[in-house]
Amino acid sequence: MKILNAIIAGVAQGSMIALVSLGYTMVYGILKLINFAHSEVFMMGAFFGLFLTVGFGLDTSPMFAGVAGTLAAMVLAGLLGALVEKVAYAPLRARSGGRSNTNTRITPLVTALGMSVLLQNLAQLLFTARYRSYPQLLPIENARTIVFVVAVVVMIALQFLVYGTWFGKAMRAVSVNVEAARLMGIRTGRVISMTFVTGSMLAALGGILYCLSQSQVYPTMGVVIGTRSFVAAVIGGIGSIPGAVLGGVLIGVIGELTKLTPYSGLQDVIIFTVLIVVLLVRPSGLLGKAGIEKV
Amino acid sequence: MIGRRRWISALVGAFATMTALGCSSGGGSGAAASGTGTGAAPAVEMKEWKVGAYLSLSGGDAEFGIQTREGIELFVEELNAKGGVKGKPMKVLFEDDKSNPQEANNKVLQLIDRDKVIAILGEVASSRSKPGGIVANKKKVPMITPSSTNADVTKVGPFVFRVCFVDDFQGQAGAQFAVTKLGKKKAAILYASDDLYSSGLAKEFREEAKKLGAEVVIEKSFLQTETNFTTYVNEIKDSKPDVIYAPVYYRHMAPIAKQAKAAGVSADMFVGGDGWDGMAPEDRVNMEGAYQTTHYASDDPSERVQDFVKRYKAKFSREPSALAANGYDAAGVLADAIKRAKADTPEGIRDAIAETKDYPGVTGNTTIDPDRNAKKQIVIVQFKDGNHKFHSTVAPK
Repeated sequence: MKILNAIIAGVAQGSMIALVSLGYTMVYGILKLINFAHSEVFMMGAFFGLFLTVGFGLDTSPMFAGVAGTLAAMVLAGLLGALVEKVAYAPLRARSGGRSNTNTRITPLVTALGMSVLLQNLAQLLFTARYRSYPQLLPIENARTIVFVVAVVVMIALQFLVYGTWFGKAMRAVSVNVEAARLMGIRTGRVISMTFVTGSMLAALGGILYCLSQSQVYPTMGVVIGTRSFVAAVIGGIGSIPGAVLGGVLIGVIGELTKLTPYSGLQDVIIFTVLIVVLLVRPSGLLGKAGIEKV
Repeated sequence: MIGRRRWISALVGAFATMTALGCSSGGGSGAAASGTGTGAAPAVEMKEWKVGAYLSLSGGDAEFGIQTREGIELFVEELNAKGGVKGKPMKVLFEDDKSNPQEANNKVLQLIDRDKVIAILGEVASSRSKPGGIVANKKKVPMITPSSTNADVTKVGPFVFRVCFVDDFQGQAGAQFAVTKLGKKKAAILYASDDLYSSGLAKEFREEAKKLGAEVVIEKSFLQTETNFTTYVNEIKDSKPDVIYAPVYYRHMAPIAKQAKAAGVSADMFVGGDGWDGMAPEDRVNMEGAYQTTHYASDDPSERVQDFVKRYKAKFSREPSALAANGYDAAGVLADAIKRAKADTPEGIRDAIAETKDYPGVTGNTTIDPDRNAKKQIVIVQFKDGNHKFHSTVAPK
């Protein structure tokens, strides 16, 4: 019973981590870029959600304010993600002229780290480092269930988006080969932007669900969940959408099961050990495809 | 292409300027050149008593620092209105350590080396007072911590003092209250294992509760980065304790209370320490009925307290917390020591602080003992309608 409870809590926690790790994995799948600024978009999304929900009139109609605030925050976070891509990553891609050399890998990676630091400090400057409580929109007894259901629905919708629409087809084409996709008449720039928008919207939703069920909102909140989500994406096989979900749930469950033992401080140790073991046995992650690496 | 690049560099430039401005307005006051004193000794020609305060004004424990600062500010304002100490006003330079022990270390060093302060006030969290105290002690500048209760803090050396009670007393008082007063026999403990304050209190409570014949049925610890407490709460619930001792800071207690409520654990099972001070009003709704040990209660009927509450409310338009009261008293003990000091040097002030006897503050009378700790009473309060309600006091041992 104890273990079952922990597993349930772990799956709920994991589904939230998965929402964030989807953003890492989608961007990597297309650009082979690890977007470290993603954890900051997650944090900004939570801040947008907090301000917009309060702004939409929390007292008059909490239900409307909550839903409208969340949706508006997702849109804003999506725009922020696209802005990050346009300002920081697109110029670097344009400069390398589509040729692959070391610079096309390393420069964007360092830029991503820079963007992450910039956004985090910007949030501290704009919003101060205060911990803010998120308004209690959901009855707390059901918050976990709602978080889980929303996460699952969104993931199914994403699966449909990627495998059932023209846009998803374009996305997959770009991920296989950007140049060939461009030659086929796909507007690669737009597809890339939309990928950032989608990933960032999911991160914002993840951030808001995270705050609704357990956390307060503060500028460094992206660090812990960001690291875990990134690890989840790598364990599941970075670039693979079901892999990100599997990795997220796995990390959530491992974390909660560790808490049952007297060694709850070792959570991160165990998570990273699992990461190393998985990478040793399957270098491309649990569900990653080996050998699709293009040079 | 060039146009776009220019646009980007303009944007980056604007950010840089903004950041620079933000910094200089925050720490500018401290940069003023100070006398020609060498080492820790201040200049001979002092126009004012320059005191440094390092506090967590931002970050996870921001309320700790902000409330303490308000207490100190109120005292200094009143003191200077009355003409200061020995005819000179007192000036406090506040530094923000961002709730980070490493930063606490740096800020103390900065206050002493750059600003040449004669004394230091600071930190609330024991895990930041200790590194700060080590620096102050090495530089031979006296430091008074308003609210750090961990025993190790004042053990770092002869220059570090405190004006609050010590955790061995607080943990024991918590256990005595839970076991003897509330009659609870099965206790659970939930604490942060990587925090000096939290794990210290948990240890004292455990030992005292066992001594009093209660049983500790379960003990759970978490890391300070944790936000998801469901599994801990569920497990504690399964072992059916009748009281849960949670000596954690308010930033952990807020989500714990919320998630305990979700798991069906009622808030009145919780007993905690002074780390709960600083909780925001919107989080206190989940705390109804919980008890905590702390330094003072704002509804204490004594005239000294009520007068302080009135003056504080007039300035900051909110109830003074225990941390604000401790900040007020820490500044008070320091001003009192400066007045009595035979030499106007950090060493002279240190000796005067050590001789403090029955200083009448708002948190009771302060007497510094040979271990540089204060013998203070403990106040037990209960959460009622989102506010602290005075329950009882425990006399100092």
